[in-house]
Amino acid sequence: MSGEITNIVVEVMPHFEGYVYPNEATHQPLWSVLIVLYPYITGLVAGAFIMASLVRVFNVKALEPVYRLSLLTAFAFLLCAPLPLLFHLGQPFRSYQVMITPHLTSPMAIFGFVYAWYLMAVLLLELWFDYRRDLVEWSKTTGGFKGLLYRIFTVGVTDTSEASVKLDHKIGHILSIVGIPSAFLLHGYVGFIFGSVKANPWWGNVLMPIIFIMSAMVSGIALCVLNYMILTWIRRRTVDMRCLDVMGMFLFYALVVDAAIEGLDWIHRVYSAEEGFQVMQYMAREKLFYTLNVGQALLGTLVPLLMLGGLQLFRHRVSDLARRRMYFMSALLIVIGVLAMRWNVVIGGQLFSKSLRGVMSYKMEFAGMEGWFMAAIIFVLPFVILTVLVKLFLSEKLPTTAAPSQPAESPA
Amino acid sequence: MKDRLTRRSLLGKLGALAAGLAALPALKTAKAAVQKVLVSSNAPKGYDPTQHKWVMAIDINQCIGCGSCVEACKKENKVPQGPYFRTWVERYVIEKPKPGSGEARGKTHVDSPDGGMRGYPATPVPKEDILHSFFVPKLCNLCEHSPCVQVCPVGATFDAPDGAVLIDPKYCIGCGFCIQACPYGCRFLNPVTHVAEKCSLCYHRITRGLQPACVEVCPTQSRIFSDLKNPVPNDPIQAFYAKHRVTALKPHLGTDPRVLYAGADREVQ
Repeated sequence: MSGEITNIVVEVMPHFEGYVYPNEATHQPLWSVLIVLYPYITGLVAGAFIMASLVRVFNVKALEPVYRLSLLTAFAFLLCAPLPLLFHLGQPFRSYQVMITPHLTSPMAIFGFVYAWYLMAVLLLELWFDYRRDLVEWSKTTGGFKGLLYRIFTVGVTDTSEASVKLDHKIGHILSIVGIPSAFLLHGYVGFIFGSVKANPWWGNVLMPIIFIMSAMVSGIALCVLNYMILTWIRRRTVDMRCLDVMGMFLFYALVVDAAIEGLDWIHRVYSAEEGFQVMQYMAREKLFYTLNVGQALLGTLVPLLMLGGLQLFRHRVSDLARRRMYFMSALLIVIGVLAMRWNVVIGGQLFSKSLRGVMSYKMEFAGMEGWFMAAIIFVLPFVILTVLVKLFLSEKLPTTAAPSQPAESPA
Repeated sequence: MKDRLTRRSLLGKLGALAAGLAALPALKTAKAAVQKVLVSSNAPKGYDPTQHKWVMAIDINQCIGCGSCVEACKKENKVPQGPYFRTWVERYVIEKPKPGSGEARGKTHVDSPDGGMRGYPATPVPKEDILHSFFVPKLCNLCEHSPCVQVCPVGATFDAPDGAVLIDPKYCIGCGFCIQACPYGCRFLNPVTHVAEKCSLCYHRITRGLQPACVEVCPTQSRIFSDLKNPVPNDPIQAFYAKHRVTALKPHLGTDPRVLYAGADREVQ
């Protein structure tokens, strides 16, 4: 009899090694691929916004061609940021409870507020003040549905006197300054959701919010590099090399800091070798070998670090074409590497038992709410939104007024 | 003049007023806590959670690993089949050290197939190689500082004044944060109701003067359940505390579990 039971157990759960708590022996982790996307998308928002702030707050003139594109990127991704969370909830129709009866000691309870603040008080307002004068102009010159949209977006404010435009710029500047800590808050807080779980030695870590913020900046800037290069390629324009070089420089420095902090985290883990270290070692060597060592560390960090670092030193010896390719490759690798990092944190933290005596496996499904098809849809959605936004607000056919922040196109 | 308003008496009165005002929110909170219990659990009307302090203790030396408690719990609380347990029993087998290995003890094997509900397979090592073998019943640890309560984004899981850690199933949004935060793996997401679930000490029973199902069926009294606020003559829990030196699980996490274990080995996590 007992032999039969063992066989049944082995048949039903072949993907466990060692001992896992009975409640942990589910066929997939509680937080699966959708929760991988959630910090990933939020991070892209925060990073793209920081990119835009470089122009607005730190007055990096060379980046003006990507200013509006970065803002729109942040906006498109921000609209999709809560989707993976929402779809993942057991009771999605009760999600409003987080807003109306938040439990203030919970790191998750504040998400609704931080999100609403960031969307309504920072990003939407900044976009509106930045575009207000253009919207007034466009609503006069454009007819049809598009013209109607522009008219609606002006909200009836059609004053384009010099004084009012000046005020727009001033408010936009202030919003950007408020926006930087807000972006840090948005994503640092996401890091804290994981960092605050003391039950899990893979997550419970004081550096987690900072790691999340830095990797967010890296991934957001990389995404802006990609978006800018793809947009200019679609429009058959020439890439502004000065802009690209400066983006590459910021990407490099952000990556250096990110790699340093993540490295420090690992050095600390290895050196202190606290409880659960053996399981972590096993995870890094076996379970997460490809996503952690190959995806995150080698391809997502080391290779781009060498490429971008090399370009910092020998920029003038490399032709424009080669530089463009190197920037594109680095940005692509970084964007994939940060996705791998989110995977390693979220899934990695659930591949071992909290008894620290066993490990689980995760094989992603195709269909279903937590399958990779759904994840792909959620990840493609912000790009669809961004395409619409670019068509509406970065149209080549519409003239843009001279502002401290120039529109994204920079015809060579 | 006895009633004259002196500086001293005025200060005293003001102090009393301030103390009263300060106590008011605390009173309100206490009342709200009682209300919450009555609204979100199936406790009977008239049950006063402030008048009880429930606690369970485990005597590992007594447990024979029959698994009756697990089965009773599943039936009593309609816990779905599969890897979902409000309580379970782990089997520990510690090998003797290999001769000449220089080790104090050998390898430790832990298992809990189907929560221990249907017994255990033959031991992984022959009987003569076993140094120690014992069973450990697990349940919600009734933490004094529950990480699960701390992280719930809506406050659907909460500390009842009577010591139970409860979940309001009509309120839980099913985010799973509490399940991640519980260091003891005591929570699960119910696949039918899609909300978090865990041991409630059989709240519907204990509030009606009954014992939790697992305690009721335990043939060896290895689970001791009692009300610390209303001790009875020859209270088993007092005898348990007097007789044993006890330990809590994962004490380094600062959760301060109220479920204490007697006879636990260092391997028990």
